[in-house]
Amino acid sequence: MNSQNNTRRQFIKAVGAGISVAALSGSALAANRKSIGRVVVIGGGYGGATAAKYLRMWSEGRIDVTLIERSKEFVSCPMSNEVLAGYRNFDTLRHGYDGLKKNWGVKLVHASVTAIDVEKKRVKTDHSGEFAFDHVIVAPGIDFLFDQITGYNEAAREKILHAWKAGPQTLALRKQLEAMPDGGVYALTIPKAPYRCPPGPYERACLIASYLKTNKPKSKVLVLDANDKVQSKEKLFRGVWEADYKEIIDYQPNWNAVSVDAAQNSVTNELGDTVKAAVLNVVPPHRAGDIAQSAGLINVNQRWCAVDWVTLESTAVKNVHVIGDALMPGPTMPKSGHMANQHGKAAAAAIVEMLSGRPAQPTLMANTCYSMVDENRGMHVASVHRYDAEKKAPQPVAGAGGVSIEPNKLEGIFAHAWANTIWKEMLT
Amino acid sequence: MSPARILATLGMACISLPTFAQSPAPNYFVANCFNCHGTEGRGHSTIPALAGLSKTYIIEQMNAFKAGTRQATLMHQLSKGYTDDEIAIAAAYFAAQKK
Repeated sequence: MNSQNNTRRQFIKAVGAGISVAALSGSALAANRKSIGRVVVIGGGYGGATAAKYLRMWSEGRIDVTLIERSKEFVSCPMSNEVLAGYRNFDTLRHGYDGLKKNWGVKLVHASVTAIDVEKKRVKTDHSGEFAFDHVIVAPGIDFLFDQITGYNEAAREKILHAWKAGPQTLALRKQLEAMPDGGVYALTIPKAPYRCPPGPYERACLIASYLKTNKPKSKVLVLDANDKVQSKEKLFRGVWEADYKEIIDYQPNWNAVSVDAAQNSVTNELGDTVKAAVLNVVPPHRAGDIAQSAGLINVNQRWCAVDWVTLESTAVKNVHVIGDALMPGPTMPKSGHMANQHGKAAAAAIVEMLSGRPAQPTLMANTCYSMVDENRGMHVASVHRYDAEKKAPQPVAGAGGVSIEPNKLEGIFAHAWANTIWKEMLT
Repeated sequence: MSPARILATLGMACISLPTFAQSPAPNYFVANCFNCHGTEGRGHSTIPALAGLSKTYIIEQMNAFKAGTRQATLMHQLSKGYTDDEIAIAAAYFAAQKK
């Protein structure tokens, strides 16, 4: 890292010039400064990794940060739809945590959290012991409510994939699509909102249609949406479907999947309509991740976690902050990686202020979500969210934000630049 | 202590020490820009870096995005979410960062 090398050079130069160590800037002396607190971050996704980095950065090393993440590497959900279409190598989604350790002094622990003891302020793990905290940030992402879809048991899940967490299922779904005969039907079900990544299912439909159009032109993409309309960039997605995928994509709103039959590879909705597909991709409804549930943080609709929007502290449990997809979001705030990054920074800022003996202040947040509609063309939705003291929640700034005029190649380039930048931004 | 020993000690100290940037406290919102423009505005992509640009230039560009006199894919939309004061604070912050 250049800045680290610079600091090191400056430090050596300063000492060489006989300047007293006490006169050096805070950066070089961070280790000698008194710790102002301990923070444990649970989950190293877009939100958690960002929070860990900025707690170290903004406290100038005075907050001891432990990041507990069960996976040895970060795998990005954003851009994973490109893998399904064969436009991206899966390995480009994989990123290590070494940068957080080496550049920022974050302590990485690869273990599963088994409990948060709020009374004793300790996080317990399955095989790495316990970690004391002053504040804990819970960033567990989502887990699926498989029991809301009859027949979606463990055996069925071997065959009927969701691929809504990037990882082995992403590659497995790609294999199913490759093996699908020309003329086959790929069916995707979408749960009722709120769900992770509002434009994600529609992007997936576009990218898979793009792949099929070139490689298996007799095939169809069937989009079965439990919602009454396209949940994000509606006009743009509808326009692309009409212009480019009219013969391929069939979109059906108000189609709420309630059961699957793995033997038949079929899905049935609440009206009893059944669809059989060559490749069946069922995304179940989800809720805040398991640890949020076991720690008693879920207090909205038995699915999501409500927070104080100044500190991102849970309204259910004190000193426990929740960020990312696990949140009950503010109005028009999507469950996106970009948004989780912003939550992570907001929580880090609040905790730095609190542990410094100052009151936390609300901060602005912004979102940008890109979607690809084929190998090269991208489009976006963007918004800015400002805290409203009366409503005690961030509200979208009127007149700000919006969507692309049309999908185009320039925005495709920016979409990929966004991904490469945010991965570096959160992990190095 | 010999110079080599001093350097060795410093080397060890520096390896174990993270590097800390200028904190934007209390204006943490400037970090909103980092997502796309890189930490402290030092991105390396087709999205422009902001670190080291002049304060005046950044303010002028943001005003042009707001007014619609500079074409953009999305900055004309995001810029409208920030007040003139906030833009001045962010511009001063990025102007003070090393390229």
